[in-house]
Amino acid sequence: MSAARSRAPWRALLAACAAVLPMSTALPAPTDPAFAQLLQLLAARRDGQVAFTEVQHLAMLDHPLASSGELYYRAPDHLEKRTLEPKPETLLLDHGVLTARSGARTHVLSLRDYPQVLPFVESIRATLAGDAPALERYFRVDFSGSLEHWTLALKPADASVARIVQEIRIAGERDVIHSVQIRQTDGDESVMTLGPPIGP
Amino acid sequence: MTAAARAALLWAVLALAAAAIAAHARYTADMSAFLPRQASATQRLLVQQLREGPAAHLVIAAIEGDDAATRAQVSGALAALLRSDPAFISVNNGDATQLERDEAFLFEHRYLLSPQVRAERFTASGLHAAIGESLDVLTSAEGVLLKPLFTRDPTGELRAIIDSLDAGRMPHNSGGVWTSADGARALLVVQTRAAGSDTDAQEAALAALRRSFAAALAPLPPARRAHLTLAITGPPVFAVAARTTIEQQVLRLSALSALLIAALLLTLYRSARALALTFVPVVSAALAGVASVALAFPVVHGITLGFGVTLIGEAVDYSIYLFIQNSPDFPRSVWPTIRLGMLTSVCGFAALLPSAFQGLAQLGLYSIAGLIAAALVTRFVLPHWLPRRLAVRDLSGLGSALATLLQRLRPLRFALLVVPLMAALVLCLHRDALWSRELTALSPIPAADQALDERLRADAGAPDVRFMVVVPAATPEGALSAADLVGARLAPLVEAGVIGGFESAARYLPAGALQRARQASLPPTALLRERLEPALAGLPVSAARLEPFVRDVEAARTAALLTPAMLAGTSFAHVLDTLLVRSGAGWAALLPVAGVGFGELSPAAVAAVRAALTAADPTAQLLDLKGEADRLYSGYLSQAVQLSLAGLAAIVLLLLLALRSPRRVANVVAPLILAVLAVAALLVASGHPLGILHVVGMLLIVAVGSNYALFFDRGSQAPEGSPPLTLASLLVANLATVTAFGVLAFSSVPVLADLGMTVAPGAFLALLFAALLAPVAPLAAAARRVAAVPGA
Repeated sequence: MSAARSRAPWRALLAACAAVLPMSTALPAPTDPAFAQLLQLLAARRDGQVAFTEVQHLAMLDHPLASSGELYYRAPDHLEKRTLEPKPETLLLDHGVLTARSGARTHVLSLRDYPQVLPFVESIRATLAGDAPALERYFRVDFSGSLEHWTLALKPADASVARIVQEIRIAGERDVIHSVQIRQTDGDESVMTLGPPIGP
Repeated sequence: MTAAARAALLWAVLALAAAAIAAHARYTADMSAFLPRQASATQRLLVQQLREGPAAHLVIAAIEGDDAATRAQVSGALAALLRSDPAFISVNNGDATQLERDEAFLFEHRYLLSPQVRAERFTASGLHAAIGESLDVLTSAEGVLLKPLFTRDPTGELRAIIDSLDAGRMPHNSGGVWTSADGARALLVVQTRAAGSDTDAQEAALAALRRSFAAALAPLPPARRAHLTLAITGPPVFAVAARTTIEQQVLRLSALSALLIAALLLTLYRSARALALTFVPVVSAALAGVASVALAFPVVHGITLGFGVTLIGEAVDYSIYLFIQNSPDFPRSVWPTIRLGMLTSVCGFAALLPSAFQGLAQLGLYSIAGLIAAALVTRFVLPHWLPRRLAVRDLSGLGSALATLLQRLRPLRFALLVVPLMAALVLCLHRDALWSRELTALSPIPAADQALDERLRADAGAPDVRFMVVVPAATPEGALSAADLVGARLAPLVEAGVIGGFESAARYLPAGALQRARQASLPPTALLRERLEPALAGLPVSAARLEPFVRDVEAARTAALLTPAMLAGTSFAHVLDTLLVRSGAGWAALLPVAGVGFGELSPAAVAAVRAALTAADPTAQLLDLKGEADRLYSGYLSQAVQLSLAGLAAIVLLLLLALRSPRRVANVVAPLILAVLAVAALLVASGHPLGILHVVGMLLIVAVGSNYALFFDRGSQAPEGSPPLTLASLLVANLATVTAFGVLAFSSVPVLADLGMTVAPGAFLALLFAALLAPVAPLAAAARRVAAVPGA
């Protein structure tokens, strides 16, 4: 394993939007009883492993980029995204620290230091964990649908993050997530579709 | 004018002059006293690094209390104030302004700075690979960070530069400012402008830092201000604290010693005037000592100042002999013995004068000047000022009682043979832990402050710089290109996890030749466009999108090369200042090397770095700052021991000349050597490895003890033996000495405590041994009035 760890300099890249951590007061949570039920259901799950495919639409690229791999989750704060195609990469979120491994390179980011990266991973983790306080700390949460067929629309609460990420829509049925759609303010978009559970 | 008036006038003039010199002297407590005057190139560089190196003026400040937002706000206000203060060369609190400037610099000059810029990277296949890799990053979690730069930097040069920087351990960032890992403290890393050895300027800078903190709090409501505190640490903080502690303790302990001795003497003298007179030689000695050191050396060291306290013990003895022995014929009866005792001490301390170490030479000079002044004042000034009828308490009774006691103890003298045997045994048993080899043993910094330092350093990711590669060269350009070669050899060690990382000036200012080579490897616009077409085949990006890239490459091809001035305003400017330094007649590039994690370099890592250096540049060497400093201190210590032995030889020679009898000399010297051996054994057995100040303390035992032994020697030469009053005066003088040094033993300043715990027991033992080993039983001679046969 490579020891070439680089963490902090990435902060230099963030300067343009260097940011205050989300500190805005949380809006009242949706009062829909189905939302509370959903969170309870999600929080009851201890772990899970699913296949995913992801399609990214970037305006500056001529065609979308597709990737696929596996998503592994263990309650409450361990989330691993193992991309297998087209290029192996592992993204590991553990206790608020994000580690990206690709080939011989390892990058470690603390989410607290990188509010811009936070919505991309924390949205999924907090939803999987049924972690209402985390969701409400970072996002304005809008619940729609029913327990059998729900959609969570998350809008970043922090202004500097909201300049980059417009909205995250997570859809699913009961404690199973079907898709995560992330729309950026510049029109770029990624859609991750989660498949059925796979064996460990 | 009478002789008395002339003496008094001369004394007054000299005392005033000395006081004026002492008042204008400069004082320091830094390590420079431990550095030799004639040093090797490595030692000179070490000295330079300790004084002016990157570590020497680094201050870490932590803001604690209240909530994160308030701490961030205060951190910003404090940073702004400090940045406008010329006392600081760099102020970093992790805020966006500084980061923006740094990022803009790296981005603007990326084609001159990136280690990846080579001709093959800009061929069609090189471009294809580089752009493909950037696209991979773009779709990963970090992509959001890189997206805005992609069309200008599709080959990822900024990423390459950042990857090459050693910044794996920067502080956390929260609320836009640096914080500790738990977010409870806001952190600032500040470099003061003044040299590390300029303690006065460092003190002023720290005061400015505290004032700015108070000013940064001003906009807050008073109730909240009280919750916010500032903690600072770093070498400048330690230097100032060390000096303050030493000064305070010197003052407090001198006062306490003086008070105790005054109480003792007042009960004996029953005369305030006599008591006041007692302190005239003491004050004269201290003034003469400080003044002569201030004249002979550029700065007076704190240790020397601390030594001043110790002269109370010695200088007060002279006046005690004058007052208590109360001899009508002082100049002829008592003075010759005092004079010989003084000359003996001077001989001992003169051995320190040629020391290559300033601190040791200062101690020697201070003692010599002080002792001569005290003795001369006692002989030529004091007698004129004595009250006509000095009603000192009659101590003949005490003297006779002492004589009787000594007579009873006399059969025990043969038991003294056990002392050298026991001492030799103890010293032999502890031979591995006999000497204290670490310079830090002298540090007066309390453990709590050292713990704070460790905590804040861990927070700030600023480990103590211990290992540093030094690359010498004739010119800055030469040093930079040599540093680049060395860096290329060290990088694989970082990759392999052998070392944690390294820093180098060449990263921010590559040598001119390298910059030109990088420029030359960039293709002209037409050629680049031509190559981009095939390079982008199969990639989801079109050449038209990368026009900004083409423009930037063309600009970089013809841009002016980077100069040191262009780094101004970035945090890399001070990296350059501290890592590219003048060294002797030439220059040196310094590459601090950090261990893996937060640890130090393992011996294996040191060997690997040395091997890499041999391959890269045979003139480069790895400097172990702590190891080198400890080696210097060891050298200092062994020199002190050697010089002390030479001093002992000089004392024996002087006594041989003065006493003209090897037997009498042996009788004078034996109790002193026994006392020194016994004290050394006591110290080592009680877990105090011997350090420099213990050795100096032993010289003091010899200096003080020689007076006692010489008085007994004089007694053995007089038909009536030692008069009871002489015995009494010796006991009183000894009490004064033991009091003065006993007080020191409780100091929290190691140098003072070491002196105290050596001299206090040593002086007592010297008197005891001298009395027991006196050639003639004092009482037998005094009481029976039998003519003594020397050596009987």
